[in-house]
Amino acid sequence: MIDEIAKQYEGRLPTPLIEEVKKEAKEVKLTRAQGEAIFAKLEQKYKYARIQPGEAIGIVTAESFGEPGTQMTLRTFHFAGVAEVNVTLGLPRLIEIFDARKEPSTPLMVIYLKKPFNKDEKSLEKIIAQIKEIRVHEVLTEISINLLKLHVEYVLNKKRMKELGIPEESAIKAIKDALKTIDIIEKDSRYTATPKSKEGGLPALYTLKERIKEVKVNGIEGIQDVIPKMENNEIILLASGSNLKDVSKIEQVDFTRTTTNNIFEVAKNLGIEAARQTIIAEASKVIQEQGLDIDIRHIMFISDLMTAKGEIKGITRSGITEEKESVLARASFETPIRHLINASLIGEVDMLNSVVENVMINQPIPLGTGLPSLITKLAKESKK
Amino acid sequence: MDTNTEISAHILVPKHRKLSIEETNVLLEKLNISVNQLPRILQSDPAIRHLNAEPGEVICIERDSPTAGKANYYRVVING
Repeated sequence: MIDEIAKQYEGRLPTPLIEEVKKEAKEVKLTRAQGEAIFAKLEQKYKYARIQPGEAIGIVTAESFGEPGTQMTLRTFHFAGVAEVNVTLGLPRLIEIFDARKEPSTPLMVIYLKKPFNKDEKSLEKIIAQIKEIRVHEVLTEISINLLKLHVEYVLNKKRMKELGIPEESAIKAIKDALKTIDIIEKDSRYTATPKSKEGGLPALYTLKERIKEVKVNGIEGIQDVIPKMENNEIILLASGSNLKDVSKIEQVDFTRTTTNNIFEVAKNLGIEAARQTIIAEASKVIQEQGLDIDIRHIMFISDLMTAKGEIKGITRSGITEEKESVLARASFETPIRHLINASLIGEVDMLNSVVENVMINQPIPLGTGLPSLITKLAKESKK
Repeated sequence: MDTNTEISAHILVPKHRKLSIEETNVLLEKLNISVNQLPRILQSDPAIRHLNAEPGEVICIERDSPTAGKANYYRVVING
């Protein structure tokens, strides 16, 4: 019975609201008249609650973020669960998200595994070894500069490499491929690396030593650490560092659920809509963690604004403000003189269509009662 | 699995669909706007690469919204 009435309201009311009423109605016995009355009242309330045309929603959103923002801790370092992954949270993270910084200060990936690997603890070590980045200095027993012969000597730790499952040849090849300007000779498992040109002398040798230490032997570029964690009865991996593209190439990884907190990387690999989802998720995470309550609609609105141009724009002078049509509106945000000079050089015209520029020149602003043309037709001004 | 199906299958990527010319006209009439006033999406966007959309075409995105259940969002394809 209640389903019948609900059907009439489909499209007029949001689906989650209808579902909620249906669920509640199943628990109590309702007559048809009561059911209809509930839906009629609900629709009335819903219509009242909607934003009116001409409402300044940007200001409301700014206020809604501003007030709880004053209560946020300035600098928090949080360890997520048992796994020791350091994540920036609180105000610094929120600023990072809304300013659209290219790299988050603590990149983090949540990697899901395909069945049956998500239950199998034995294969876990091998998968982690494939993901975690290992550099030469982690598999060295010693490295030194020979001052007399002017070359770098190093010995690889075979036992450690076996533990990590790296074949020796691939490590040697990795060094050779990464540094093309040196000759490598092996003698009694002691490697000597001599630069092909003698120029540069000792400082060049010193940089060579440091470069050898930083060569990647195995794993995925940028993933410094991988920690397994049990969640909802399956094993997930938390990785500090972010590289969505290369992680997706690993066979055992369930790419369809794997996420990162680097918004730009999501936009590049999964598109602008996925980036919008990530902005919402990341911002909500910060707000929830701080125990604050900001309506999701505000966060959704900001995310829509940041992604409206097809690429991510931060709320900064080089981001969404740069896109504004009006010169005066741009000048009112930051660096006014630069904007005014540039605008006058190319002869820009300000149509005075928006709020800030009309406030500046003391005119009614097109908001609320300043927008009468939305509900009534204005008589055309007679020409004098 | 090829990359396109993998991207579409990702939990973060909603369904993207290209609108026909008739549908676009109906939409623009309903909203009383021109196509340039819509939010944009790059032609090279990974989520629409398989649709082969040309600049000026409109993409309908079927989002799962926490407040409205299902919500349609529209973006116009631009160069880039």
